[in-house]
Amino acid sequence: MSDLNQQMAAKYQNNFLREIEEQAEMGEWVKMCMQCGLCSGSCPTNFHAGWDHPPQELFMMIRAGKRDEVLKSNSMWMCTSCYNCYVRCPRKVPVTHVMHGLAEYAYRIGQSPKNQPTQHLSKTFWDNATKTGRVNEVKLTQSLYFKDGIGSGIKKAMEMQAVALGLVKAGRLNPLEAVGIAHKCKDIKGIHAMLAKANELEAQHKAEKAKA
Amino acid sequence: MARKEYAFYPGCSSQKGASASNYLTSVHSMCNTLDIKMTEIPDWNCCGASVSYAESGELPRIAMNARNFALAETNLPGQDIVATCAACWLGSRESKERLEHNSGLMADTQAALKEAGLQIKVIPEVRHMVEVLIEDLGYDELKKPIKKPLNGMKFAGYVGCQTNRPFGIAGESFENPMYLDKLIETMGGEAVPYDQKVTCCGGALAFSEPEKAQAQIKDIIEAAYDGGAEMLVTPCPLCQANTEVYQGQINKKYGTKFNMPVLYYSQLMTLAYGGTAKEAGLKGQVIRAPKLEQFAG
Amino acid sequence: MAETKTAAYICKGCDIDKRVDVAALVKTATKSGKMNLVREHDFLCSAAGVAMIQNDIDNEGVTHAALCACSRRAKTEAFNFPNTAISRGNLREGVIWIRPDTDAARETTQEMAEDYVRMACAEVKAMTVPGGNPNTGTVKTLLVVGGGMSGMTSALEASKAGYKVVLVEKTGALGGWAAKLYRRVPTREPFKAPEDNGVTDLVARIEADSNIKVYLSATIAKTDGAPGRFKVEIAIESGAVANEDIGAIIQATGFTLYDANKLPELGYGKSPNVVDQAGLEALAIAAAAAGRPICRPSDGQPVNKVVFVQCAGQRDSSGTHLPYCSGFCCNTSIKQAMYFKDSNPDIDTVVLFTDLRTPGNGEDFYRAAQNKGVIFSKGVVSDVSAAGNACSVKFKDLILNEEVNTQADLVVLATGMVPTSGPDLDQLSEANRVAEGGDPAAKQHVVELMSKSVLNLTYRQGPDVPQFKHGFNDSHFICFPYETRRTAMYNAGPVRRPMDIAQSQEDATGAAMKAIQAMENAGLGRAAHPRAGDLSFPTVRLEGCTQCKRCTVECPFGAIDEDEKRFPLFNESRCRRCGTCMGACPVRVISFENYSVNTVGSQIKSVEVPDEFSEKPRILILACENDAYPALDMAGMNRHEYDPFVRVIPIRCLGSVNTIWITDALNGGYDGVMLMGCKHGEEYQCHFVKGSELGRYRLSKVGDTLKGMNLETERVMDLEVAITDMATLPQKINDYAALIKSFPPSPFKGF
Ligand code: SF4
Ligand code: SF4
Ligand code: SF4
Ligand code: SF4
Ligand code: SF4
Ligand code: SF4
Repeated sequence: MSDLNQQMAAKYQNNFLREIEEQAEMGEWVKMCMQCGLCSGSCPTNFHAGWDHPPQELFMMIRAGKRDEVLKSNSMWMCTSCYNCYVRCPRKVPVTHVMHGLAEYAYRIGQSPKNQPTQHLSKTFWDNATKTGRVNEVKLTQSLYFKDGIGSGIKKAMEMQAVALGLVKAGRLNPLEAVGIAHKCKDIKGIHAMLAKANELEAQHKAEKAKA
Repeated sequence: MARKEYAFYPGCSSQKGASASNYLTSVHSMCNTLDIKMTEIPDWNCCGASVSYAESGELPRIAMNARNFALAETNLPGQDIVATCAACWLGSRESKERLEHNSGLMADTQAALKEAGLQIKVIPEVRHMVEVLIEDLGYDELKKPIKKPLNGMKFAGYVGCQTNRPFGIAGESFENPMYLDKLIETMGGEAVPYDQKVTCCGGALAFSEPEKAQAQIKDIIEAAYDGGAEMLVTPCPLCQANTEVYQGQINKKYGTKFNMPVLYYSQLMTLAYGGTAKEAGLKGQVIRAPKLEQFAG
Repeated sequence: MAETKTAAYICKGCDIDKRVDVAALVKTATKSGKMNLVREHDFLCSAAGVAMIQNDIDNEGVTHAALCACSRRAKTEAFNFPNTAISRGNLREGVIWIRPDTDAARETTQEMAEDYVRMACAEVKAMTVPGGNPNTGTVKTLLVVGGGMSGMTSALEASKAGYKVVLVEKTGALGGWAAKLYRRVPTREPFKAPEDNGVTDLVARIEADSNIKVYLSATIAKTDGAPGRFKVEIAIESGAVANEDIGAIIQATGFTLYDANKLPELGYGKSPNVVDQAGLEALAIAAAAAGRPICRPSDGQPVNKVVFVQCAGQRDSSGTHLPYCSGFCCNTSIKQAMYFKDSNPDIDTVVLFTDLRTPGNGEDFYRAAQNKGVIFSKGVVSDVSAAGNACSVKFKDLILNEEVNTQADLVVLATGMVPTSGPDLDQLSEANRVAEGGDPAAKQHVVELMSKSVLNLTYRQGPDVPQFKHGFNDSHFICFPYETRRTAMYNAGPVRRPMDIAQSQEDATGAAMKAIQAMENAGLGRAAHPRAGDLSFPTVRLEGCTQCKRCTVECPFGAIDEDEKRFPLFNESRCRRCGTCMGACPVRVISFENYSVNTVGSQIKSVEVPDEFSEKPRILILACENDAYPALDMAGMNRHEYDPFVRVIPIRCLGSVNTIWITDALNGGYDGVMLMGCKHGEEYQCHFVKGSELGRYRLSKVGDTLKGMNLETERVMDLEVAITDMATLPQKINDYAALIKSFPPSPFKGF
């Protein structure tokens, strides 16, 4: 992992902006930001002191070449995908997607913060969804709450017990899903083959870019 | 033949026994009344939702959506895809747009689909249930089957994010969309004004950053109470779940006394069309809505 | 001159007859108006109504007609009788539309209408038909001073419209600032890349144009005369002098860059690698000529990084440098950054700005630069130090909130525009005053100031067009951008406000059109803006003149010189007919045929003032015809009601108000006088620029008169009115009326 990081850092030397433009999904938009601050002012997570750097600032940091600070930042992981910034940006920067792209890139090259809850959710969700083609909500919840090891998992599970119980009572959380009597796609095999191909192609493209 | 037919994409949360199963129930009742035929896309799969971005990468995420397109087109040719979940709608629509504007992405996607024995020819239109109601039928049509208008009930229409941004419903503003209020009023209810109509509920971060998400949810519910609402109404399963199921935890943390039922527009419509509590999925409320249960009789 | 025969016409249309007793009005016009002939008509502005009046003029010998119908601003085309003196009684907008249609109001409404009939009769009797300026000049040649983009554009536009042009350029070549540019900011879709500066093309067109005569290396030595008949002496570097007859003048003398030597903290002068924007253009031109990229001046090595410092010595609130934004320099830096990026995308180009201002289509240009990889950072530069071949730029990053030091091979300072607008006239007159004492240093100061003169006018009020803010020539920036305070002289381009080439060219076109109008009007003996077409002009009864010089000093347009005997000498074609001189004259010897102390004074006197027991006060409103009177008309159109005890008389400008009107009104038993005029001062809206200011100054002395009469000083009120005030104006009138009613009735009633 960190090999990839070193490889990238070496390739782009001091040009972090170019690194982001070429490597992060929608990264080519970073240079178009005109520093108006509308995104920062619109971001809900910012209202609740969610992060250190609002989008505007992250974009400026990228231009200023603050590679480590950006990649290791918690900030882009706080994005709720509310698309407020996206629709308000006067420059039509797809801020939401840039935030996701930054997070994904930092994660890919092993620079993102460890044990980042949203990162964990992202991975868990995707694994869960692609395993059978559909989300298994019980298993998703289980693996989420047991992420920090058994101790805190139980604590969180206790905290969430009332929530889960409420859902079960209302018929909206089926405990049977946990034991595998769950919703799933019929053609799981096909889905897996398709995803394998997609992953292969994506990895190939990313490697090409990194080499170029 | 039904007057309208669509390829239905319910999404993971709207399955039987899943977190939005009450949504599914009421959508079926509502569509029955309106003579809309919804045929589930055979063997549809998860859209990936917004939050999978870090693990999935662009192509696999788009391939998942493309598989649904291919299945819909093959099995239900000529029908628009209709999603009830905001995230499904957004994920699919975004995928459609990117595929249509990026031939390289399309080629890669076709290559991946081939592994599953599928292929895309045309990508069907991807629409939200609300669009179908408003654009294909219109408020006047929606009014016709009403048997029991929801007179005297006060709702806060909570539009939230993803049915509103970045695509939104045509002709509506991002900052103050009116369609949900109009739907409520069409059903005879009162849509109260309040200032958190499009505030984010925290989305998937309700799982990963519960405290922050709950702080936002608190703002929303509080504003709805301040506006005089008795119930919240939403078009999105995640909005519904987030604003409903955490009220207890919020009460504990902030000392509030929230107990506000959160309904789907489709539940309201089912009831106004004379449906039973069961048909409206009222049993599926974590916070029960006694007023509506009584109303349904 | 034919014998005077007066007539009054009362219109019954527009429901006037339903609201007032027309027969009584006829009687009023006959009895108190003393009109020789009085007629009523159902629909006065109809063809039949107009024909009736025309018939009276043609066959009954009517020379003076009072049309009592609608506002003087309505139906002007129908009621156009060129050789007859016409006054208007405003029964519609001024009476029935601003009063409620109730029985209770009927009596006061009728009184109001009768007064307006009396006033119209009184006014017309005091008028004569304007004969037009006898001293017209019919020269139709335009002088353009300054051969830059603005000047050349004005010249070409005027020529296209069929006028002859004399173009005078100080340097040895046309082109001005633009000629010093390697490329200019784009003017065409898609606004993405710098463009040819366009000078060669314009110069070629000028040279090919037989209407345009060009003097290079030449300046204006003397400008004498008046619109339509200026005599201009052109001094050529060779020593030769040329004389030209000129109709109107456009001053397009542009700007110089703010002197970067005043910015030592930004490294200018310390290293050749710190340049201003002109310096960078020179480097770019030299590089292009040599077929190599732009190099570092200190050692001719390639530039790897260049930093642009925006707002250098501009938008400065400390009072040291330019306080304003020059508006062109952000786009210029974007363009200059592209010089580098277009030749080699690997050159680091950083623009440090606080706000990036990109007028016109600059936004697209800005985005294009971002796409090309120019880095824009929000930051304030505090220091540029030059060491060897490198510069170190210290700035505060405003987004990341940190002090940053960055190295650069080249630093470009975006300094601003300093207008070439000639000496400041106030400074000059002060210098002259001191110099009269004989002090040689003061005399030297006068010489220095005069050496900056652009036009060298022989006007008593100074050699150039007056300035307004920050040394830019005055122009009515809100409503009439090209107008100056000198008739038939127009400013175009950066000499009147900061602007870029595209804006200057638009400006130059507008100024050319205005100059053409001014020449045409001058030739016909008519006024220019804002009383365009007015044939009246001020005359002075010299027998009564005390040579106090108030008129010469106050005339906002420099229209009045002095003759050998030190009497005021009016230059009718320079005059805008504002009446300020008339308002200023303490012995009231200045008047216009159709507007005089008497035309207004007799109206004031004609109003019937009820006695002190009637509880019917009388309030005189003198309302400026440019904003206040139209606002009142519009209030009427919108049926906003106001007090029935006011009587409104339109005036040309607050500056034309002679204080005798106020004392006459008070002496005649009016309870109050309200004056309505345009805003004055920094953001003035006065159509005559200084008129409302001068008028207000004069009014500030009225307080003493009131005290002398033992009256409350609040009885005279000055109200600033803009045309947009029509909805609020009635309330203000009513409030004032309420105040007046709170005072005891005027003790002067019945005298
Ligand atoms: S809203 Fe857009 S332009 Fe403004 S700071 Fe955010 S990303 Fe930049
Ligand atoms: S989409 Fe993400 S970054 Fe944008 S406003 Fe919402 S939470 Fe903030
Ligand atoms: S517009 Fe004037 S002149 Fe014509 S009918 Fe009306 S009041 Fe009379
Ligand atoms: S145009 Fe730009 S650089 Fe010039 S003064 Fe204005 S803001 Fe500053
Ligand atoms: S003060 Fe006005 S009216 Fe009098 S001469 Fe000057 S411009 Fe003419
Ligand atoms: S203001 Fe009147 S008195 Fe004074 S110089 Fe002028 S004309 Fe003569």
